[in-house]
Amino acid sequence: MTSAALRSRAWKLLEMVTTPLLPSDYLDLVSPLRAGADLRGRIEAVHQETPDAATIVIRPGKGWRGHVAGQYIRVGVDVDGVRLWRAYSVTSPTNRQDGRITITVKAIPDGKVSNYLVRRAKPGTLIQLDQATGDFVLPTTKPAKVLYLTAGSGITPVMGMLRDTEFQDVVMVHSAPQSKDVIFRNDLHDLVADKKLRLTELHTDTDGMLDITRLDELVPDWAERETWACGPTGLLDAAEAHWAEHGVAERLHTERFRPTVVVVGDGGQVTFGTTGKTVDADGATPLLDVGEEAGVLMPSGCRMGICFGCSTPLKAGAVRDLRTGEITEAEPGVLVQTCVSAAAGPCELER
Amino acid sequence: MTAIDPTAHLTEEQIEELGRELDAIRDEVIASRGEKDAAYIRKVISAQRKLELVSRGILLFSIFPPAWIVGTAGLSVAKIMDNMEIGHNILHGQWDWMRDPKIHSSTWDWDHVSPAEQWKHSHNELHHKYTNVIGKDNDLGYGIMRVDEDQKWHPIHLGQPLWNFINACFFEYGIAAYDLELGKNLHKRRRKNPEFRARARAVGRKIRKQVLKDYVIHPLLSGPSFLTTLAATFTANLIRNLWSHSVIMCGHFPEGVQVFERRSIKGETRGQWYLRQMMGSANISGSKAMHFMTGNLSHQIEHHLFPDLPSNRYAEVAVKVRALFEKYELEYVTGPLPKQVFSAWRKVFRLSLPNKKPKVKTPSRDKELVAA
Repeated sequence: MTSAALRSRAWKLLEMVTTPLLPSDYLDLVSPLRAGADLRGRIEAVHQETPDAATIVIRPGKGWRGHVAGQYIRVGVDVDGVRLWRAYSVTSPTNRQDGRITITVKAIPDGKVSNYLVRRAKPGTLIQLDQATGDFVLPTTKPAKVLYLTAGSGITPVMGMLRDTEFQDVVMVHSAPQSKDVIFRNDLHDLVADKKLRLTELHTDTDGMLDITRLDELVPDWAERETWACGPTGLLDAAEAHWAEHGVAERLHTERFRPTVVVVGDGGQVTFGTTGKTVDADGATPLLDVGEEAGVLMPSGCRMGICFGCSTPLKAGAVRDLRTGEITEAEPGVLVQTCVSAAAGPCELER
Repeated sequence: MTAIDPTAHLTEEQIEELGRELDAIRDEVIASRGEKDAAYIRKVISAQRKLELVSRGILLFSIFPPAWIVGTAGLSVAKIMDNMEIGHNILHGQWDWMRDPKIHSSTWDWDHVSPAEQWKHSHNELHHKYTNVIGKDNDLGYGIMRVDEDQKWHPIHLGQPLWNFINACFFEYGIAAYDLELGKNLHKRRRKNPEFRARARAVGRKIRKQVLKDYVIHPLLSGPSFLTTLAATFTANLIRNLWSHSVIMCGHFPEGVQVFERRSIKGETRGQWYLRQMMGSANISGSKAMHFMTGNLSHQIEHHLFPDLPSNRYAEVAVKVRALFEKYELEYVTGPLPKQVFSAWRKVFRLSLPNKKPKVKTPSRDKELVAA
């Protein structure tokens, strides 16, 4: 018998001993970060970056497969006893020696997870992780000239790139309300001093929001540069229009942190078939929020419609995509993203 | 038979006011659920797993009497913790608010032969909804006993002290049969029902796994201690069964607990539902350790009022609930475990015989029919 077959036999036997629990339920007590466990991480340090942003140093479990600069991870943290999942960009380079990863989080008003991570998280805390994902990444062949166009916490994925890969010619235009709000300000200025980066730092409290047409003056050759942009919806919408207008849309890569809600429908009664719960939902509230409020165990992820971590079978009725207004009707095998879908009349989800 | 309604002094308006006051108690707990509660259940689960692991480890050497005694005691406590404070309460959804898929009513399973799914249906959906309603709540004597004068007497009830004792010894199998509604479903026509057969198969699978673990694998792993480990796991299951049976009998059978007629719950309001739970349940008084080992079912009244509040909060809720009983001049049935167990057993014996001719009884001990 091969060793793999032997191991699987031994595991089966162990399962018969631990039933109705699994052997892993016991192993988790002593070794939650071991290979083969659900992916978790341990917070090792929290470094304050600005008054409302912090970098969290995480030791990932053995199952961590690494990331590509610019990608994000989903983290599940227990805030006031409730497991909440959010997505954050990885800000550490891929070749970090000690195997730790960092995410950098900006506390947003009423943000449960962000405020917890920035202000209350303690070293030693165990958190849930998901493998890195996202296609806001650097290409395998190095472009000659690069522009990073960022604002606020939109700098986080770009910082992951800056720390990871050096380019010959890198320009960054970054906006923040004031200089004290600039996350990674010291790191950026160190890079400038080393001549690895040319930086335009805009303070919107005094200078006003960046007018995209000013790019000609700030970065005259912007249209020739491979550009990665991340920041508020307004900036990204303007950038996409601007790049398209000049016929260079293919050079612009954007990452959004929030979905753009365009359509609000009628709502209706939502049934969670597996748990048998029924609640009334309006046409603006994502089904994910509806389910969570009702105490249903809803899978969730980025909460903005990109990671598909929340996909759930739609058994009956119809839902509306809050970003496009598109209606999806129930059919066998149809999955919907609950974080960006609202009830469009009565509907049933398999949860 | 005299019919005295111990809630007759309450007006409809008072009953609704009572309901609002209970809602407020519930809201307060829900608003303050948090980190401490989550830490509590995680600590209990972790302690239970360690205790079970260590006890089973010790039992590998159960051929030595001290190891047998320590291991059996530990395993009994671990099984009781699994079923009572952990399993029963998680399956009630008391911890669903944590959104932890590993501690959730939809994913949990327990060290018990009745599959979690079936137990949740018969317990959460039927017993907790129709508490003490004759003909609706099968927990009233589990379909094998007569526990109220208003239940019809049949010669088979003569044997009910014996049935109850056997049920106590093999309680987990009793529950599995009960969750399957075996009595009803064994009728010829229902036996072939595919839905019933699927559920029966699920029970069969669960029994097989449980039996294999406790009576085959664990003894085999013990090598020379095979027989003593077998005896140990059997004893631990027996102790767990007797204990949980006693605790559960105390919840609804002791003297002073009311039962209700089917027609009395027609059009029942929220306030009236609460009132029925208050009058249909009984508590057990005792120490913190006592409450813990009963899975806080010693706070049966509070549990029936708020089945989905975290069990570690029932003690504080009980103070407020008891004040409401006093305010509305209702009897809060409670007592130490031996007294309540004795009271429940006395009733099992008494009602094995047909009702005596009506005679005048003292009203406080009289617990007959209630029209809500």
